[in-house]
Amino acid sequence: MKRAKFTILKSTCVPLPLANIDTDQIIPARFLSSINRDGFGKNLFRDWRYDKKGNIIQEFVLNRPEYTGSILVTGSNFGCGSSREHAVWAIADHGFRAVVSDSFADIFAGNALNNGLLPVVIPSEILGKLTTMIILKPETIITIDLERQMLSVEKEGISVPFPVNPFRKECLLQGLDNIDYLLGMKEEIMAFEKRNSP
Amino acid sequence: MEPRTLFDKVWDSHMVKSVEGGPDVLYIDRHYIHEVTSPQAFNGLRQRGIGVFRPERTTATADHNIPTADQHLPIRDTVSRAQVEALAENCKANGIEHFGIGHPNNGIVHVTGPELGYTLPGMTVVCGDSHTSTHGAFGTIAFGIGTSEVEMVLATQCLLQARPARMRITVNGSLRRGVTSKDLILYIISSLSTGGATGYFVEYAGDAIAQLSMEARMTVCNMSIEMGARGGLIAPDEVTFGYLSGIPSFSSDPDAVRLLEKWFSLRTDPGALFDKELEFDASAVPPMITYGTNPGMGMAVDGTIPSEEEAVTDDSGSHRKSLDYMGFSPGMKLLGHPVDYVFLGSCTNGRIEDLRAFAGMVKGRKKAPGVTVLIVPGSQQVARQAEKEGLAEIFSRAGFEMRQPGCSSCLAMNDDKIPPGKYAVSTSNRNFEGRQGPGARTILAGPLTAAAAALTGMITDPRELIRNGYQ
Repeated sequence: MKRAKFTILKSTCVPLPLANIDTDQIIPARFLSSINRDGFGKNLFRDWRYDKKGNIIQEFVLNRPEYTGSILVTGSNFGCGSSREHAVWAIADHGFRAVVSDSFADIFAGNALNNGLLPVVIPSEILGKLTTMIILKPETIITIDLERQMLSVEKEGISVPFPVNPFRKECLLQGLDNIDYLLGMKEEIMAFEKRNSP
Repeated sequence: MEPRTLFDKVWDSHMVKSVEGGPDVLYIDRHYIHEVTSPQAFNGLRQRGIGVFRPERTTATADHNIPTADQHLPIRDTVSRAQVEALAENCKANGIEHFGIGHPNNGIVHVTGPELGYTLPGMTVVCGDSHTSTHGAFGTIAFGIGTSEVEMVLATQCLLQARPARMRITVNGSLRRGVTSKDLILYIISSLSTGGATGYFVEYAGDAIAQLSMEARMTVCNMSIEMGARGGLIAPDEVTFGYLSGIPSFSSDPDAVRLLEKWFSLRTDPGALFDKELEFDASAVPPMITYGTNPGMGMAVDGTIPSEEEAVTDDSGSHRKSLDYMGFSPGMKLLGHPVDYVFLGSCTNGRIEDLRAFAGMVKGRKKAPGVTVLIVPGSQQVARQAEKEGLAEIFSRAGFEMRQPGCSSCLAMNDDKIPPGKYAVSTSNRNFEGRQGPGARTILAGPLTAAAAALTGMITDPRELIRNGYQ
């Protein structure tokens, strides 16, 4: 299956500077009952975005008109807790294409990459600086260049490299699907099974 | 040959291929699926026009969203019903073994797999659920995966995975009376923080671990994910073999003796290197509770809530937000704090031993007025055993609600929700905001502390009750 390619992303950002945001906050369990992958965006951060009666909570960052864009800038250990891929589907469905933090929970990061959502890890001090800058100047545009593995804010002279596994990078740049990759290895898999059968 | 860790031995023996500059192709021995994270994976297979590669290696159970009352009736919630039905249909169409609602083998996926003898030492085990780490108690590499990876395993029986770093946590000494393995793991997580083991796979070792039963070991491995670890595992030993010998499907297997011999080599070689080593003293572990909204925010049951400066686990914004949500403040003690609900169950503490421990403390007594106590066995087998041993009778006389198996109030996808603002002492694994229902306030604890809360209606030190002749 072909997937959307990820090359260069230029966008304003949404700041959410809290540590340990778990996937139950990203998408609460009571909204997991769909058997499809789409439509989860409307319940992204549901209980922070809306009150119990379903009214918009104005102060929450997703409800503030000055903060828009396809990059979410957040705190440490983002996406911890439940393995639900629905969290990634909700973030992507809302329109985000990258999440920037100084650390991600392992399962979340894997799920994100499998859906073309790029988790970008940068050093803590730069993350702090970047977050403050976005809060003060919401019009700040960040560039995420996957080929060069660089996150930069041209106007501010910020340029910082970020790590990506080379295999994952190639898949994202080419829009390749790694299930296709494994399906292409069926003979090797069957040979492994034969070697290891009792 | 270089000395290797248990983890590396199991990993290496399942490596189909090491991809240049990329993740390894890892063969998966056992795949568990459930109704919430599998429908989209089957849809993916249909879109590709392919089937399930090795259906005999996948087992399904409905657990996450199912009601825990009147399971013989159709599920009222139409969306949940659609998920449960989709699971049944997908399994039927692909020849996958399926334990639906009411089936004698139904229950929480991490309770049923081990009790049926499906999880065996040296295996690789995955499931679209982060608490798959539970199965590590048998010396397996077991971890949670996302739905795209569920699809990958269904399609190829393999996963693309980068090898995590290795951590060993050695626990010496013995746990004191009134302290359970749940307290031990909450203690370890509070020391490491909720993200402290991210990127690692943990091996638990030491005499305190060796002394634990299989059920208690499963509780420890289960919560490895709550400190960010991919999983946790324990080398199989006599306790493991004893547990497996009690499972009919295994003890009648003509291959059993050969397997037991093979499993004796499943241990870390002396001198094998870990990327990180930590040590704990079991005798220093008190009964634990959590005071915040992640499992790393734990303290002794008689402890004092730390201030922002004292809390090592969070940035200050999160700490404040968390305490506000809980209605607590720094410097507060929780001993004597009123409790509205008590929940015994989940893949962490829904096994027969947990029900026995709880029953041991409450036997012949009644719940405190004003407290709702929900007992949800982890599986049909646990429910039958509880009935047989008279535990169900003890619970019903105490005024508790004995329910049918399922994940229930742990993630409250069904009707078992804690109302907004109410306090629940819960033997489950997560105290995240809204985890047990919108606005619900969760205090995680072990089964003894939960039993003490059920009897007194407040946070109570179980050691105090034990000193007074309870248990």
